[in-house]
Amino acid sequence: MKLENTTTDAVLVTQYLKGEESSLEVLITRHKQRIYSFIYSKVLDRDVTEDIFQDTFIKVIRTLRRGKYNEEGKFLPWVMRIAHNLVIDHFRRNKRMPKFSSSNSDFDIFDVISNGQESTENEMISLQVQQDVKKLIEELPDDQKEVLIMRMYKDMSFKEIAESTDVSINTALGRMRYALINLRKVIDKHNIILTN
Amino acid sequence: MAKLYNESIPERVTPLGPKDDTVKFLLNFSKALSVMKIKNMTFETLNN
Repeated sequence: MKLENTTTDAVLVTQYLKGEESSLEVLITRHKQRIYSFIYSKVLDRDVTEDIFQDTFIKVIRTLRRGKYNEEGKFLPWVMRIAHNLVIDHFRRNKRMPKFSSSNSDFDIFDVISNGQESTENEMISLQVQQDVKKLIEELPDDQKEVLIMRMYKDMSFKEIAESTDVSINTALGRMRYALINLRKVIDKHNIILTN
Repeated sequence: MAKLYNESIPERVTPLGPKDDTVKFLLNFSKALSVMKIKNMTFETLNN
C-alpha cells in the first residue's frame, strides 16, 4: 500500500504497459474522485457522469495498450483532457437530442415531447413578461423612464441619449442606474418573479 | 402574492465518485483487452 502511494503515475503507466494490471487499479483509485468530480461539475447528472467516466478510462486503456501514449509526466492532465472532450461530445449529442428533466419526481411525457404548442406557450410567457415589464417602466419617474426606453427599446448609446435629452453622459448613466434600481425595488415590493 | 411564470429548483447532489462496479468493469475490460500489431495494422480483441 505504501508503494501505491509513493509510486509516480509515470512508473505506474510503465508497469501497466509491462502487464502489471494492478498498476491500472492504483491509477484509477488515485485519480477517480478528481476526474469524476470534474465530469459531474460539467454535466450535473450522476448517470451521465458515470458513463463519461467509464468511456474516459476505456479510451485511456485503449490508447495505452496501443502504445500511443507519450509519457511526459502528465498522466492526470491527459486523462482530464479526454474527459473534457467526452463532455463536449455529450453536449453536442444532447444539442441534437435535447433532454428535458423535471424537478418533480412525477414523469410527464409532455415534458419530453416537443411540439408546436410548446413554443407557442413560451412565446405567450415571453409576451406576458414583456407586457409586465412595460407596465413597471410606466411607474418610473419621467426622466428615468425616458433614458431606459431609449437605451433598451431604441438601442441608443448613452452618448446619443445624452445629446437627445440635453444632459451629460454621466447624468444619463445615473438616470439609467436609478431606473434599474427602482425597477428592482418595485419587483421586490410586489414579489414579482419575471422568468422566461 | 407571487406571480410565477416558471419555477424550477435544481436538485443538489454531491458527487461521491464512481461506483465500484464501474471501476471493476474497467479493470476487467483492461484484462480482457488484447492488442495485436501486424505490420501497420492494430487489432483489438476482447477475450471474455
